Amino acid sequence: MRFRSIAIGRLLWWSPLLTLLVLVAAGCAENYPQTTLDPRGEFARMVDDVFMTTVRWAILVFVLVEGALVVAIIKFRGKPDDPEPKQIHGSSVLEVVWTVIPAVILVMVAIPTIKVIFETAKEPADAMVVEVIGHQWWWEFRYPEYGITTANEMYVPVDRTVDLRMVSDDVVHSFWVPQFAAKRDVFPNRETRMWFNTEVTGEFPGQCAEFCGIQHARMGFRVVSVEVAEFDSWVAGMSAATEPVSVEGDSVALAGQQLFLTKACIGCHSFNAAAPPPGQIGPNLANIGSRTMIAAGMLENTDENMARWISDPQGYKEGSLMVIAGEITEAELAALVAYLRAQQVVASPPVVADIQ
Amino acid sequence: MATSAVEHAAPDAPAAHSKTGVWSWITTVDHKRIGIMYGVSAFVFFMFGGLEALLLRIQLGSADNTFLSPDVYNQLFTMHGTTMIFLGVMPLSAMFFNFMIPLQIGARDVVFPRLNSFSFWMFLVGAIVLNVSFLFNAAPNAGWFGYANLTETQYSPGLNTDFWVIGLMALGVASLAAAVNFFVTIINMRAPGMRLLRMPMFVWMSFITQVLLLLAFPIITVALIFLMADRYFGANFFQPDANGDPMLWQHLFWIFGHPEVYILILPPFGIVSEILPVFSRKPLFGYAAMVFSGAFIAVLGFGVWSHHMFATGMGPIADASFGLLTLLIAIPTGVKIFNWIGTIWGGSLQMKTPMYFALGFIAMFIIGGLSGIMHAAVPADLQQTDTYFVVAHFHYVLFGGSIFALLAGAYYWMPKMFGFMLNERIGKIQFWLMFIGFNITFFPMHFLGLHGMPRRVYTYPEGLGFEFWNLIETAGSMLLGFSFLVFIWNIWLSKRAGVAAPADPWDGATLEWSIPSPPQEFNFAEIPTVEARDPLWDQKRSQGRPLPEPPRVSGEGIHLPNPSVKPLITALGIGVFFTGFLLGSPWPIPASLTINLPVVLIGFALTAYGILSWAFEPA
Repeated sequence: MRFRSIAIGRLLWWSPLLTLLVLVAAGCAENYPQTTLDPRGEFARMVDDVFMTTVRWAILVFVLVEGALVVAIIKFRGKPDDPEPKQIHGSSVLEVVWTVIPAVILVMVAIPTIKVIFETAKEPADAMVVEVIGHQWWWEFRYPEYGITTANEMYVPVDRTVDLRMVSDDVVHSFWVPQFAAKRDVFPNRETRMWFNTEVTGEFPGQCAEFCGIQHARMGFRVVSVEVAEFDSWVAGMSAATEPVSVEGDSVALAGQQLFLTKACIGCHSFNAAAPPPGQIGPNLANIGSRTMIAAGMLENTDENMARWISDPQGYKEGSLMVIAGEITEAELAALVAYLRAQQVVASPPVVADIQ
Repeated sequence: MATSAVEHAAPDAPAAHSKTGVWSWITTVDHKRIGIMYGVSAFVFFMFGGLEALLLRIQLGSADNTFLSPDVYNQLFTMHGTTMIFLGVMPLSAMFFNFMIPLQIGARDVVFPRLNSFSFWMFLVGAIVLNVSFLFNAAPNAGWFGYANLTETQYSPGLNTDFWVIGLMALGVASLAAAVNFFVTIINMRAPGMRLLRMPMFVWMSFITQVLLLLAFPIITVALIFLMADRYFGANFFQPDANGDPMLWQHLFWIFGHPEVYILILPPFGIVSEILPVFSRKPLFGYAAMVFSGAFIAVLGFGVWSHHMFATGMGPIADASFGLLTLLIAIPTGVKIFNWIGTIWGGSLQMKTPMYFALGFIAMFIIGGLSGIMHAAVPADLQQTDTYFVVAHFHYVLFGGSIFALLAGAYYWMPKMFGFMLNERIGKIQFWLMFIGFNITFFPMHFLGLHGMPRRVYTYPEGLGFEFWNLIETAGSMLLGFSFLVFIWNIWLSKRAGVAAPADPWDGATLEWSIPSPPQEFNFAEIPTVEARDPLWDQKRSQGRPLPEPPRVSGEGIHLPNPSVKPLITALGIGVFFTGFLLGSPWPIPASLTINLPVVLIGFALTAYGILSWAFEPA
């Protein structure tokens, strides 16, 4: 009786865990926008298939082996005055059996593993090249086909393969957008590549996945997947963005334009997405008014956050290179924010992550 | 090589050396005392590492938390990893190597007792170097694996990485010296009749571990020397601007780093293989399979290092090769788990505290092993690597694995080491608190990793769904921390209660249970002759159970090595030498001299004095 209740107790302990595992594996992406468990692109899907294969085998092995352990603990519980149990030393047959069976299971895992390794390594055909340059602690994206430079926000047309060519400007980073692709490290001395496509439209978060210094935690970005027409208009707008959007007629924003110069923002940032000056330390700001996130995918792009970020960048992202020259008043902040808000290349951001 | 009760015709100066007092501990060359010093130090540093972890968990308990600044967080997570591995698990294993290996093979001490002392003091020097960095707010902060080129002076201008490099170099010297010692001891000092395949499993696994140490530590030493050359002397091993390669660091580090994790787990495997038979009252199932699978794991462990680098774009052939080899390691590992289950199957399980931890080890290690197999599936690893999924994996194998097994060993062997029994009831309560706290803390990390939380992040934003599980984990970590307080409390309470430990409280199978608890300085009054595996069970079969309590004898005429302070002096000399690298040059010119040359030279001189006087003093 006592042993049965212990057995039930042990099973009750494990089954909620298993249930949780299954529930979590369902991975509702509304709750977890950066989840790996809800693939929306071919690369992530292939990867997920391999993963789910391992999960299925793991659950089977777990139940059998932990089960055997638990059964043994319950069944063979002894007392100090029990007679000495049979002094068995081993069994060659068992050794062979429990070497061969795991080997077979591992082959079942190895086959899809090798297959997908080679499939994902293939050069994608008819892909749009996007160059990724990792910086401490933001992402630069260039579209060589269109001559566009942008930052922290990667527009891609839905259902089109993107061929990432990646390099770092400083230390080793890693580009990771879980719902479409896995991660690939980004090195300063050689190019790495990864491809992906998106099957749905929407905005998807990604993050640096290799410790790269003090603000590694705040080095995110967004992949914005849009219909082809929308993408083309973004491209057109960005290719034409050689100067900041004019704010004639808006006195507040005009004041902000002045402040952009006097507060030395111009020293690190440019609004020229088509031919930015070389050696820019900071992210390109073309379309900054429409981006959903700022501070490298970390803060929602509201006026309040923009003001907070500009007035005290070290407060939010200590160690980043973003600084502000001297003091800034509330009114000046409002003017700068108004100016930046006006810097929109596309009309407004796409509807944020109603991830179907 | 057998030693007899009377070593020399002319005895040394009789035991005029005091056995009590601080100086006797500083100059001790007794493997048992050295083992205790390792154990106490390791436990203290393990508590540091635990405190570091609790601070991390508080910071991660909510999104955008500001409890710790990013720089402090990065120092703490780096030190947590470095401390737990090098100052926690490794010296805890060293405690058992030191105390138990000579006893289990029927020897009086290790082959090089003063080198043994040197290893401990060198370890302490390294541990102090690493931790003193906190006083300068410059603790290592580039992760326990310190990837180039983040660790180059350009991106890590402070002393943080210098403390890390110097500390690890010192620890490496300690480990190499100890590995030589135990390797030679196990080969040469076994009692008559103890053939290799009659050695206890703990000795076998430790023996294999010494080989891993000897082969792996030189590699990290080379990597660290390259990094020192870059940082101090303007070399360009890892400087991409000058055709250096950050990947070189990764390869060198992981060729060391992967065998290192087998160094961390094999002795615990050995401990579990000791405990399960004793508390099942039947022999280890598949002894030969266990020995050979351990050896196979060690060999294979040198072939899988780039599974830490699957995201680096090595190309499909390298990825596939390392993936396949990594999957292959699962086979000998599985063999071990099945043999352990085979050991308890059909036994008469004595559910004492050591057994709880040994069984808990198997349960947790299975989980850690399964997530390891998931990592071996290369494409899947591209989502998992550098996320909390991998943090879950390694905590299951290192905590649920190594630490649980080391605690099992502690409960098993502390009566022998200190002469008093630990309280069983409190021990079992401590086990459950730890088991529950451990799983609450680390199981949800699987979920967080799969849901997109990268590792080594000082915070996370709202809106990604990370808050709930992080809060649960933080709560779990508090319970886990508390369970260690209960462990300490158990020791204190049990020492006060003073229930004397007999020589053989558990009906043990191996030679350490044939001598008094705690052992006398010379270990065995007479070196035993071994006729079978599990020599004590063999003896009990012919002489009947229980064996009579062994008497404490005078030990007159037994030669023991003299205590010596020279190993400490040598270790201090090396410490001073390395400190010179941490201090800047005292002279304004030449500008290219970045080390404190006078201090370096003094350290060199002190080391030379230490070694020479050591060499010429009588053994």
